Order: sequence, then C-alpha cells, then structure tokens
Amino acid sequence: MIAEPTFFDVNLAIDIVLLVMLLVVAGAIVRTRSLLTAIILFGIYSLVSAVWLVVMDAPDVAFTEAVVGAGISTIVLLGAILLTRGEAERGDWRRLIAPALVCVTVGGVLIYAATGLPALGDASSPVNAYVGRAYLEAAPNDIGVPNTVTAVLASYRGFDTFGEVVVIFAAGVGVALMLGFGPRASLAPPPQVMGDHHVVLRVAAKLLIPLIALYALYVQFHGDLGAGGGFQAGVIMAAAVILHALVFGLRETMAAVTPKVARSVASLGVLLYAGVGVVCMMNGGLFLDYDYLFPPHIEKEIPGWLLGGPESAHHWGQHFGIMLIELGVLLTVAATMVTIFYGFAGRSVDDAQREAKR
Amino acid sequence: MTFFLSHFNYFAVAVLMMAGLFIVFSSGNLIKRTIGLAIFQTATGLFYISLGKVTGGTAPIVVEPGSAEARELASRLDPAYLAQHGVDGVVYSNPLPSVLILTAIVVGVATLAVGLAIAVRIREAYGSVEADEIEVLSRVESTQPGPRA
Amino acid sequence: MISFEALHAAPPALTAHAPMLLVVGPLIAACAAAFAPTSRTSWMISVTGSIFAAWMALALLGEVARHGAVDYFMGGFAPPLGIAFHIDAAGVLMALLISSAGVMASLYSGHALPAEVRAEKHTLTQAGFLLCQAGLLGMVSTGDAFNAFVFLEVSSIGTYALIAIGEKRDRRALPAAFNYLIMGTIGATFYVVGVGFLFAATGTLNMADMGARLATLGDSSVVQAGFAFIVVGLGIKAAMFPLHGWLPGAYSYAPSLIAIFLAATATKASIYLMARFVFDVFPDGAAFGQGFIAWVLAPLAGTAAIVCSIQAVFEKEIRRMLAFSSVAQVGFILLGLSLATVAGASAGLFYLAAHALMKMTLFMALGGLAISIGARRLDELAGVARDAPWSAAAFAIGAASLAGVPLTLGFLAKWRLVAAALEAGQIWIVAVLAIASLLTLLYIGRMIEAIFFRPAPAGAPRAREAPVGVLAPLWILAGLSLWFGIDASLPEQLANAAGQALIGGAP
Repeated sequence: MIAEPTFFDVNLAIDIVLLVMLLVVAGAIVRTRSLLTAIILFGIYSLVSAVWLVVMDAPDVAFTEAVVGAGISTIVLLGAILLTRGEAERGDWRRLIAPALVCVTVGGVLIYAATGLPALGDASSPVNAYVGRAYLEAAPNDIGVPNTVTAVLASYRGFDTFGEVVVIFAAGVGVALMLGFGPRASLAPPPQVMGDHHVVLRVAAKLLIPLIALYALYVQFHGDLGAGGGFQAGVIMAAAVILHALVFGLRETMAAVTPKVARSVASLGVLLYAGVGVVCMMNGGLFLDYDYLFPPHIEKEIPGWLLGGPESAHHWGQHFGIMLIELGVLLTVAATMVTIFYGFAGRSVDDAQREAKR
Repeated sequence: MTFFLSHFNYFAVAVLMMAGLFIVFSSGNLIKRTIGLAIFQTATGLFYISLGKVTGGTAPIVVEPGSAEARELASRLDPAYLAQHGVDGVVYSNPLPSVLILTAIVVGVATLAVGLAIAVRIREAYGSVEADEIEVLSRVESTQPGPRA
Repeated sequence: MISFEALHAAPPALTAHAPMLLVVGPLIAACAAAFAPTSRTSWMISVTGSIFAAWMALALLGEVARHGAVDYFMGGFAPPLGIAFHIDAAGVLMALLISSAGVMASLYSGHALPAEVRAEKHTLTQAGFLLCQAGLLGMVSTGDAFNAFVFLEVSSIGTYALIAIGEKRDRRALPAAFNYLIMGTIGATFYVVGVGFLFAATGTLNMADMGARLATLGDSSVVQAGFAFIVVGLGIKAAMFPLHGWLPGAYSYAPSLIAIFLAATATKASIYLMARFVFDVFPDGAAFGQGFIAWVLAPLAGTAAIVCSIQAVFEKEIRRMLAFSSVAQVGFILLGLSLATVAGASAGLFYLAAHALMKMTLFMALGGLAISIGARRLDELAGVARDAPWSAAAFAIGAASLAGVPLTLGFLAKWRLVAAALEAGQIWIVAVLAIASLLTLLYIGRMIEAIFFRPAPAGAPRAREAPVGVLAPLWILAGLSLWFGIDASLPEQLANAAGQALIGGAP
C-alpha cells in the first residue's frame, strides 16, 4: 500500500461518501421549518458523524458522539420543543442576505486556509509527526495503559479533563438555576392501575435497566483497554435512569434518585477528581501527578505478585489514579445528565403559567 | 483532482461549519439557532479529527508488539512506510485530536442544555421563541420604571 | 519603588503549588457552595474562596518578582506532552485583578443577592459565581492553547444562566443571556478553529512551543487563517467593536453581583489572552501581524472609543449607558496595546486595571441604590444624593475617575496612554482619546447632574442609604481610586513589569 491516498483507496471512498451524507443532512436541517424534523435530522447527523469517526480511527470519540449527540442532545431538544412549540416561523428572504454574506466570507477564509493544510492521512505532517507520535512512544512506559487516548485524556492532559468535568458541573448548575430541580406538587401522580397495554413496556424496562447500568460500568472500566471511559459510561448510566422515568413515571424515578442526591453526587465527582490531585500534591508531587498517588512506603508493602513484577510498581499509581478520576467523571456526568433531564421533564405547563404570573 | 480528494475533508468541514453558522444567523427561532450552533461545534470536531488521521493507521490502542494482531496489521502495509512511521511495528493514528474533541463534544452538549433551558424560560416569560416577537415585546420594559426590591 | 521580591505571602509549601491552587481553590469552594444548606453559608463560602484565590495571587506576585515567571506542570509532565501553567508579570497582574474583584463582589453580594434573586437560587448563584471566577483565573494562568478554551468555557457556561436569573427584576435578562450564549459560543468555537489551524501548522498546543515553531515557519495561509480566527473569536468575547452586540444587554439586566464582576473581569481576561497570542505566539516580524495591528485593530479600537461613547450619551437607561461606556473603554485599552511598545502595553494594562476599578465602583453604587429604588432609567435617579449621600458620593468618585478628572486614577491612566501614544508618534490616537474623553464627560455629566442637582420628583419613592455591608466594599473601591490617583507607585510598577513581560519577549 502506498502512502498517498488515491481514488481507489476504499477508506477514502467511504470517508467521502459519509461526508457527502453529512452535507445532505445539514442542508436538510437548514431548509426545514419543522423543529421536530430538525431534531431527528440532527440525531441522524450525529450518528453518521459517529460512523465517520470510526472510519477515521477515533472510536472513543465515535462512542461519545453517539451517546451525547444522538442520545442526550436529542432528549434535551425534544424536551425543549415540548415546552415551547414545534414549528419555526417563516422569515422573509431578505433577512437571509446578510447571514449568507457573512457565511460565504468566513467559508472562503476556511477554504483558503484548507489549501495550505497537509493532505489527509499524511503521517509526516507536524500534527502527526510531533506530539501525537511522542504520546504513542511514551505512553506504554509512562502509563502502561493500552488505550493511548485514555492515557492522554486521564494522565498527560488530565487537567483539561478536570476542566471538562467542571464544565459539565457548571452546566448542571446553570440548568438547575433556570429550570429548578424537578416537578412541584402540580405533577399528577401516576395512575394507580396501568392498563395491560403497558405490561410489555414495564417488563422489558425491568429487564433492560439493570443491563444498561451494567453496560455503563463495563464501558467505564474497559476504557483503559479499548474505547470507553468515564464520559460515555456516565451518559449511559443516565440513560438507564431516563428510561426508568419514561416507563414508570417521573415521580417514581424522582423518589428513587432524588434531585438532591443527583446534585450532591455531581459535586462529589468534581471533589473526587480534585481530591486525587490534592493527594498527589500532598505526597510530594505536583497536582494530578499519579506517580505520587501512593506514598513510597506503601508501595513497598504491596506484595510483589500483586504488582506483577518490579517495573509495574511505577504504573500502579497511574492505573489507580486514572481509575479514580474516571470514577469522578462518571459520577459527575451521570448526575448532571439526570439533573438536566429532571429540569426539562419536570417542568409542566402549570409551572409555566405560574411563572408567568409571578 | 488528487489535491481535491486529499483535501476534500477540509472543504466539506468548511461547508458544514458554514451551514451551522448560517442557521444561527438567519433563523429567528431560538431553538433552531441552538441546533445550528450544535452543528457548527461538531463540525469543528470533524476538522480536528481529519488532521489526526494517518493513512494505513489503526485506532491508537496499543497492540502487543509481536502478537498476531500486530503482525496482521503490519502485513497490510509497505515495509518502508511501516519502518518510517510505525511505532513498535504498527502504524497508529494520532491520539491527540481525539482527546481534544472528546472535551469539545462535552462542552458542546453543556452549552446546548443551558441554551435550551434559557429558551424554555423565554417562552414562559414572553410567550414566544421567535426573536422578532421577543424584541417587540421587550420594548414594553424600556418605558417602565424599575421594580422595587 | 516597592520591591515585591521580599513578599512571602504564603508558606513555601503552598507557594510552590500556588498557580494550581489559584484555580482549584475557587473550584472546590464552588462545589461546597452548591452543597450549602443556607444562603448565608453559601455566601461565607464564596467570600472564603475568593479571599483564598486573592491570597494565592499575592503569593505568586512575590514568586514572579523573584524568578521572572512561574511554571507549573500539571500531572508532572513537561510540555509539550503535558499542560503547563505559565504566569509572568502580566499574568500575575490579571490574577490579582480578577481575584480582588472577586473578593469585592462576593462581599457585596451578602446584601444584594436577596434583593435581586429568588431565595432558593442563592446557593447555586454563589456556586456559579465561583466557577466563573475560577474559569477566568485559569484563562490567564494557562500556557496551553486548548486548556485556555476549556477555562474560557468554564467561565462562560455558568455566566449565561447567572445573567438570566436577573429576570426576576427585568425579563429582558432572558433574551440578553440567550444572545450572549450564542455570540459567546461562536466566539469560543472560532477560537478553537484558530487553535486548530495553529495546531495543524506546528503540531503542538503549548503556547511557548507554538511561538518558537511559528518563528521558523513564517507566514502561510494556515497560520494567517489561524490568526484571523483566534482574534475574531477572542474579539467577540472581549466585546471588541463591532462584535460587541451582546454586551449592553448582558451587563444591564444581570443581577448586580454578576454585572459588577463581569464588568471588571470578563472582557479583560479575553483581551489579555488575545494580547498573549498577538505578541507572544505569533512571530514578531510577520507582515500580516503588524499590518493587522496597524490597519485593523487600532482603527476598530478608535472607532469603538468614539462611537460607543456617543451611544452612551444618548442612552436613557443607566446600566445600558455604563455598558456602552465599557465597550468604549475596551477601545481605549486596545489602543494602548495596539502601539506594540512596552510603554503602550504598560499604559494599556494600567488602563485595564483602572477601568476595572472604576466600573466596579459605579455598578456597585448603583446596585446599592437599586436595593431600595430599582433605578432603571436616569430620571429615576433624580435627587438621590439627598437620601443616600454615601452611595452618591462613591458614585461621583467613580464617575470622576472615568471622566479623567485630575487627582483620580482615571486621569493618570489616560495620561499614560497619551504619553505612550506621543512616544510612538501616533498623534491620531491622542486626538481620539481627547474626543472620547469629552464625550465621556458628557454622559458622566448627565448622570452627576441627575443625582446631585435635580430635585427628586414629588410622588416618587425615596431612596434609602445602602446597608453597611454594601458601603464597605464600595468605599474601599472608591478610596482606592482616589489614593492611586495621588500615589500610583504600586499599580504603576505592576503595569510596567506587565508591559515588559508582554512585549519584551522574555520568558
């Protein structure tokens, strides 16, 4: 196989086909006035992006895009149009001129710049030959985790990930400020007798929800070895809770996972992440330097067979550190997604009218 | 032609970004604007990932050197290419853009959630989610005195 | 001549980690505030978190004075593999500014919040405030381009909702917050695209490393596009004319705690980041860069100064007036920075700090008055001086400083700008400053006339003096405006070192 892409390279062909699909879907979203159509198309856009991401050798990102883009975003958007309205107004064509001009100009700059970029897949471009490659060479020694993306995300650039967890927490705070924490007394209690036509849903949900939760845990811990990690696991865990709410009623779910618990768990996740960093700091290292997670005298006490040999001792701090912070990520992401869902789902029409009168 | 094909990704990403931006600027409906914003943000992610792709590479999950999997991956490539760009006998794609875009996707959904929450409250306060109607309704406040505590 | 080298604000164990604690401290406080059982507790946590950050900033001041710049490698990995914090004299000036603004704002919020925000939202408001502060502190401390984006978003996401809760008093807060969200996110995404282009050209994300590699690369379409996107993106966040459309709404309708803090810090942090990129990352000799500064940045800044001052003169609502004034003042700051000399950068940064002080005073005084009378439009402020003399006097000091009355900090700040412009031979900037100052005098004059010289209308509700909890921070700020107007050696020294660090090209 030669190093330059040619027209007959299958990977390139698939890549181009997927991008053309994305362009078509984006065009459809621009044109449609129905918001429900736009949301479903956006879900399709996310899923096609996820497939494209797999073709481009980024399975972690594909996973995240699928759960976040096609999952959470769609739920939140649907919640929003249920609380507002489903159709956009027709604007007159004159208002499209200025935006079109701006977009054409910016697009022109982008295309002008794109001509200076290296070809797709160029292994000797600055991006691929410098820091990216250095990670691949250094990670097996420094961290010892096969999934280099997790190694970079959780260890080398762990501080960025900390910032990201804080962003999610901030979003939870923001949505809670806007929409409150869940339904007030106005929400009708679930009907005492659910008709027989709900039996299938209930039984299926009872089977699926624990499996989904288990899958979330699998993704969480498997992130070291393959695609996965805290973010994806957190969203999947939230999906289990959301499924429960959809089938059994919001009131029941809120009794099981109370809004207060959700908020506290979200804070706890951030504090856990920061706590790991502070512990490393107190043991003599810098913030989030997992090599210092275990004080030296403890390492001597871990039995040799558990460590798997002398060179693994250095990796234990890294493995544990990564595991703990991914746990922090899981807690915050799951709790925040649940809080956001409660905010949207718990807002009924009665609440809206009451707010308007205040 | 080869140039167009090898840079098609970047051109497509540019068009996608502009589609998202166009929706944001031209749509009067607040919810649709949020969707446009989300498209704009995810297209940026596609840009970064395109930068990180390596021809003949595989996902950056390190394979045991010398294992059957490593040998199988290596067998598909030209030996000179492998020697120049491989790490321990396998060619990988770049892990760094993946990390960055994971963060960006999460930031994007956070923004989406907060934006939609504000839009819901706007609907409750103004009775509409169309920008022009809200502007007309807002003029009421400019003529009124401020509220007491 | 004050020597900061002897300043040891914190024990060495903490000082060694000060760059990180500066940001992580308020973050942990934010989580604690979200947990807090009562509004009072969350307020105390907020004050503690802000004071801690200010303490760390002071510790860093000593360190930077001793070593020139402080580096901190997160995770123990050196760049370009890891993320490094890099704080030099300019960064420490920004950190001090943001953390002290945070202390003043959080002290003020004890009384102001109950008047403006529903009771059940207080704990989350304090949490959001601390998150915003931590994000801004991270933005000015980090040495990694993508990390700057993450902290930019940390500071922004909480802010959107925090502005929107001003809807209790004025429902226009909601569309203003939404508008800010859209524009702010577009700005941040443009920034990410720009960083992507630079990343494509250099292969690294560490700003110092990028600068070194770009110096050898020279101009290319990729680098130029990266430059354009970063500047436009940060320009939106910094409310650089003509991208400032979101600012008047956001500052006018937000709860006063948020307006005070944002007016002092948010645009400033983005200006600082932009200056970092323009002066440190982009190669010095690049024709594109210099052409941009001379032909795009400076004229836009000058236009902002004049046009927005005119808009402020014609505004009827006070906070909108002050908001347009803020955009005009951002123009002043950018004029100073656009000179691209050490004197210009020092003057620009000095003006940046002075403006933060002045605007905080003005917004805080208004906030104190708003507790009793609301005061949305200028005519409602008529005759307030009789009933609330302390607030009115503080407002007058802040206003005088803004207008550049001698013996105030504002006068010194404008003087330095003029001197730097003359030294660089840019006479037109002096003309712009003069015209804009006259216009400032006009709208300040309108405000002073309403407060002091107009009788209160017969049937209008009487204002009450603001509570001590508000007057205390207010008068500290006003007092500083006066003191530094007379003896400005402290801020001058900081600004000089900062300007040197920014332009001098040193670490």
